[in-house]
Amino acid sequence: MTYTLEGTTGTWEVVVGLEVHAQVISKAKLFSGAATAFGAEPNTQVSFVDAAFPGMLPVINRECVAQAVRTGLGLNAQINLESRFDRKNYFYADLPAGYQISQYQHPIVGTGVITIDLPDGTSKEIGITRLHLEQDAGKSLHDQHPTKSYIDLNRAGVALMEIVSEPDIRSPEEAGAYLTKLRQILRYLGTCDGNMEEGSMRADVNVSVRKPGEAYRTRCEVKNVNSIRFVMQAVEAEARRQIAVWEEGGEVAQETRLFDSARGTTRSMRSKEHAHDYRYFPDPDLLPLVLDPAWVEGLKAHLPELPDAKAARFMKDYGLPAYDARVLVAEQATADFYEAVAKGRDGKQAANWVMGDFFAALNRTGRSIEESPVSAASLGKLLDLINDATINGRIAKEVFEAMVETGDDPVAIVDAKGLRQVTDTGAIDAAVAEVLAKNADKVAEYRGGKDKLFGFFVGQVMKAMAGKGNPALVNEVLKKQLG
Amino acid sequence: MSLDADTIRRIAMLARIRVGEDEVAKLQGELNGILAWIEQLNEVDTDGVTPLSGASRLALRMREDAVTDGDIRDKVLANAPERIGPDGAFFAVPKVVE
Repeated sequence: MTYTLEGTTGTWEVVVGLEVHAQVISKAKLFSGAATAFGAEPNTQVSFVDAAFPGMLPVINRECVAQAVRTGLGLNAQINLESRFDRKNYFYADLPAGYQISQYQHPIVGTGVITIDLPDGTSKEIGITRLHLEQDAGKSLHDQHPTKSYIDLNRAGVALMEIVSEPDIRSPEEAGAYLTKLRQILRYLGTCDGNMEEGSMRADVNVSVRKPGEAYRTRCEVKNVNSIRFVMQAVEAEARRQIAVWEEGGEVAQETRLFDSARGTTRSMRSKEHAHDYRYFPDPDLLPLVLDPAWVEGLKAHLPELPDAKAARFMKDYGLPAYDARVLVAEQATADFYEAVAKGRDGKQAANWVMGDFFAALNRTGRSIEESPVSAASLGKLLDLINDATINGRIAKEVFEAMVETGDDPVAIVDAKGLRQVTDTGAIDAAVAEVLAKNADKVAEYRGGKDKLFGFFVGQVMKAMAGKGNPALVNEVLKKQLG
Repeated sequence: MSLDADTIRRIAMLARIRVGEDEVAKLQGELNGILAWIEQLNEVDTDGVTPLSGASRLALRMREDAVTDGDIRDKVLANAPERIGPDGAFFAVPKVVE
């Protein structure tokens, strides 16, 4: 389904491209030996390079380069064996050098592609224009004092990857799916933690609108949107604003805007009017970055299995439907947990338990998978107990709840509570006979043609057996005795 | 290439250097002189020559990913016109807010 918006003059299409700033996972900064850890005391993770003291020479961090290359490989992108660093010049209080070291004409990674998964089960390819390395700026606190801003340079100089998409995105939903997939890939690769609340992933959203079949119209850039939900809202809000401007006979001006999440609208950032003249020029402190093809190959050989490949393998090896596979690979930890449960067992049954009772228990107790009281090994044992007919499905739910509560081994729980399934036909015969004797009226109705009562008898027998009857045997004996 | 007076004002604004109206003409002459001097390079025929990005043909040297610096807050803040906040941990600047 094509996403469109209706205006007074007809139907409009939305065109979106995203620039994502992803903070690189590394111990030290891009060009200095200062630490990158989040939440340190202000200005304690700052070297003279980061504070732009005169005469300091930036020296690039090899791991940051490796992380950018890994990300490029994960995005099926071209790795440029020679890239360069430029200075992007602008004045701001948290940018001590008055320029940001970035890559302009010669980025480290060229064109690539991301396959996004849409809620209706279809997929779409979104082009990646480029990925380049650059420095983050420091942090300004504006709400501490009536007339002063506070500057903390801890973040200044931390490595960022700017990942630019082609304007291939056509709806808020696709924008959300793109960010979700990109975040997933970065987290699998271990190149960015994708934590949007802490600001380690932020998006600039480029939006324009057009009548179907037209060329692109002027776009606006909505800066620094910090959640997937807000990006989706910003796309729609900005598209509606532009449609109104065009339909009132106006012209959309290319400009930088801010998303106001409280109001759900965008507004102009007037201070940026002159900021676009960045006067890029090659950084004279930095030689070209030249990569050894063998080193790149080595990084490629050690890439982890990525979400799309993993989902395809889960479908093939464990017989999962596409939906289950997508849900299970969303997080690496979930995928690992699932695989530990499924290995050597019924893959679909394992998926049902992990996505059903197990996820529900995590949600209910507010725990992450790492904090789960139920290990993959014990959940696997529980499935074994079901499959070798030690317990039936209903009792299994009861055992599972006890596992969530106590973290105990399922075998121990079954033994301690005496929950083993009764497969002794003598005991089942007796229970059935007793139930039928007690409910002679219902037996008569059943025999008179009221088939639906069969379920009632099953329930009564199971109740009499404290839920431990083997359901198949109970059904069989009931059918025989009811004749 | 020649810079007009408006371009001089714009360069000054971008560089955050205050230039009085009486200085514009003088700067225009000086900057145009510098540009003309550099433009002599255009006389060299560089067709078919790969652009050189530095005087040395070396590639960038890299550092290992280890924390070897930082934790020198007082030194970093030593030249700050004003320190603010608990322990004077921050640089203070006139409020810049969108």
